Amino acid sequence: MKAVPHMADSLPPRGVFDVARIREDFPILKQRVHGRPLVYFDNGATSQKPQAVIDAIDRYYAAENSNIHRGVHHLSEQATAAYEAAREKTRGFVNAKSDKEIIFVRGTTEAINLVTQSYGRTFLTAGDEIIVSAMEHHSNIVPWQMLCGQVGARLRVIPINHDGDIVMEEYRRLLNEKTKFVSVTHVSNALGTVVPVKEIVDLAHEHSVPVLLDGAQAAPHLRIDVQDLGCDFYAFSGHKVFGPTGVGVLYGRAELLEKMPPYQGGGDMISLVTFEKTHYNVLPYKFEAGTPHIAGGIGLGAAIDYLQGLDWQQVEAHERELLSYATNELNKIDAVRLIGTAQKKAGVVSFVIEHVHAHDVGTILDQEGVAIRAGHHCAMPVMQRFGVPATARASFAFYNTIEEIDVMVQAIHRVLKVFG
Amino acid sequence: MSELDELYQEVILDHNKSPRNYRAMANANRKAEGYNPLCGDHVTVFLDIDNGVIKDISFQGSGCAISKASASMMTTELKGKSESAAQQMFDEVHKMLTGEGDANSNPEKLGKLAILSGVSKFPARVKCASLAWHTVNSALKGETQPASTE
Repeated sequence: MKAVPHMADSLPPRGVFDVARIREDFPILKQRVHGRPLVYFDNGATSQKPQAVIDAIDRYYAAENSNIHRGVHHLSEQATAAYEAAREKTRGFVNAKSDKEIIFVRGTTEAINLVTQSYGRTFLTAGDEIIVSAMEHHSNIVPWQMLCGQVGARLRVIPINHDGDIVMEEYRRLLNEKTKFVSVTHVSNALGTVVPVKEIVDLAHEHSVPVLLDGAQAAPHLRIDVQDLGCDFYAFSGHKVFGPTGVGVLYGRAELLEKMPPYQGGGDMISLVTFEKTHYNVLPYKFEAGTPHIAGGIGLGAAIDYLQGLDWQQVEAHERELLSYATNELNKIDAVRLIGTAQKKAGVVSFVIEHVHAHDVGTILDQEGVAIRAGHHCAMPVMQRFGVPATARASFAFYNTIEEIDVMVQAIHRVLKVFG
Repeated sequence: MSELDELYQEVILDHNKSPRNYRAMANANRKAEGYNPLCGDHVTVFLDIDNGVIKDISFQGSGCAISKASASMMTTELKGKSESAAQQMFDEVHKMLTGEGDANSNPEKLGKLAILSGVSKFPARVKCASLAWHTVNSALKGETQPASTE
C-alpha cells in the first residue's frame, strides 16, 4: 500500500481494514455521477486504478519513454529495466518458478488465444476432446471452438448445478483417453462461483491432460499460487487487478512453452533472421512479437506492488463481509432472485428482479450513482442455463463499503417503485 | 420531469407490461429477426403486407422495457401504413432517438412515438429503442440476414 502519512491517533486498531484510507488511493472514487457519489460496483468488468498506477504510467511517458530490448542508450536501458522488473513482480504475484514463464499479452482473451493457436494447433488433432465448463466467459469458449474447427477436435462441457457449482461427477465422466485439454475458469464472472480448480487440475493430470485456468476474475480477489494449483497455464488481465487496460499475463509452465511454436512473428521474438530461416528467441520473448505495451507492463507492475502492500487477510475478510451483507440485503427483497448461490463465491452478486429487465435496473441504478453491469456478461450459455436473458451484476472490490451496498439496495427499491 | 421519469413514462411502462400485437404470425409474408449483440436482446417482427400496405404487424422477443415498449408502439403506429410511409417513419424515429431531430418541431409526423424521445438522453439505451425499428426496416427491405443494432 502506498504509504500515506496519518496522525497516530487517526490510525485504526490493528487488524481492522481501513477502507476509508484505501479509498483515498483511488482518485476516481471521489467523483459524483448524476449528482450522487459514485458507487462503483462494476469491478468485474474493470477495476479502478490507484494513484500509484497512474503515476507509474505518467512517469514512464514523462521521463522513461523508449523502446525496450533494443537500444544501447540510457532511456532504453531504463525502460527495459522497468518493464522486466514488472515481469519479475508478476512472477512473484502468481508465484511462478521463473520469470521466463511470464508472457505479457493484451489480456486474458489474448492469453487463451495464444494457447489455443500455439499449443492447440500443434498438439491437438481430429477426434481429440477439449473440456470447458458451462460457466465460461465467451473468451474461454470461442477460441476453443475456433480450434475445434481448425483441427477437428470436439468441445465437451462440464455442466453446472442450480447453485452455479461445477458438477464434479460429470467432469470425472467426461475425462477420457480422448481428452487433450481442460480449460476452466477459476472464478465465474457471471455467478461469482470459486471453482475447485486444484481438484480439476489433479484429475486432469491423472490423465496427463494439461489445464489452463482463466484467472481474470480470480486474480483481483484471491492470492494466486500457480505452483500450488499445479496448472499448466494461468491467464489474467491487468485492468481487472487495478492495473491498466491492454496488458495481461499468460503464465505457462516452461516445459510446455519450450515445446510450443511462436504465436505471432515479428521483431523481438527472434534471435537470428535470414531469408532462409529464422531462429526464435528464448522464453518469454519467443511469444512477445513486436513492441509490447511497455507503459501497461510498468503500470501492471505498480498495481502488483500496491496489492502486495495490502494485508490480504484483511482484504479477504472485508470482501467476504461485502458479499454476505449484499446477499442478505438482496434476499430480503421478495422480487429479487439471486443467480449464483454457490457455497464458495468471490465478491459478485448477480440478480434478476421479477418483471424488470436488467437493463432497466442498470439505468435506474445509474441515476442513483450506482454503476453495475447489466446484460449477459459475455456468458450467454450461463444465462441460458438459468433461463434468464440477462442479469444485473454487482461486483465488489476491496475499496467498496457496506454503506455503498445500502445505496444500491435503496436504488433497487426505486426500481420497484418505477415498475410498481 | 426528471430524465428518468421522462424515460419511463406511464405510456412506456404500460406498453412494457402489456405489449400490443405480441404474437407470432402464421401467415406473415415478411419476417425479420433483430439482435443487439451488446446485450443479447432479440426481437422478431412479422408483417403481412398486401398491395404495399401493412395489413398486419406483430412481434415477439425478449428485451428491456424500452425495447419492448418501442416495439409494441411501433406495431400500433405502423398497422395500416404504406411501406413507404413506414420507411419514412423509420428515418424520423431514428433521428429522434439519436437526438438528430427535434420531435417537438414535427409532432404530427411522429405522433405518439414522440414519447420515446426521452431515450436520446440515455445514449446506452438508444439501441434498445431502435432494435425493433431496425428489424422492421430489414423486413420491409426483404433482407435475409438478421438485423443488428451495430
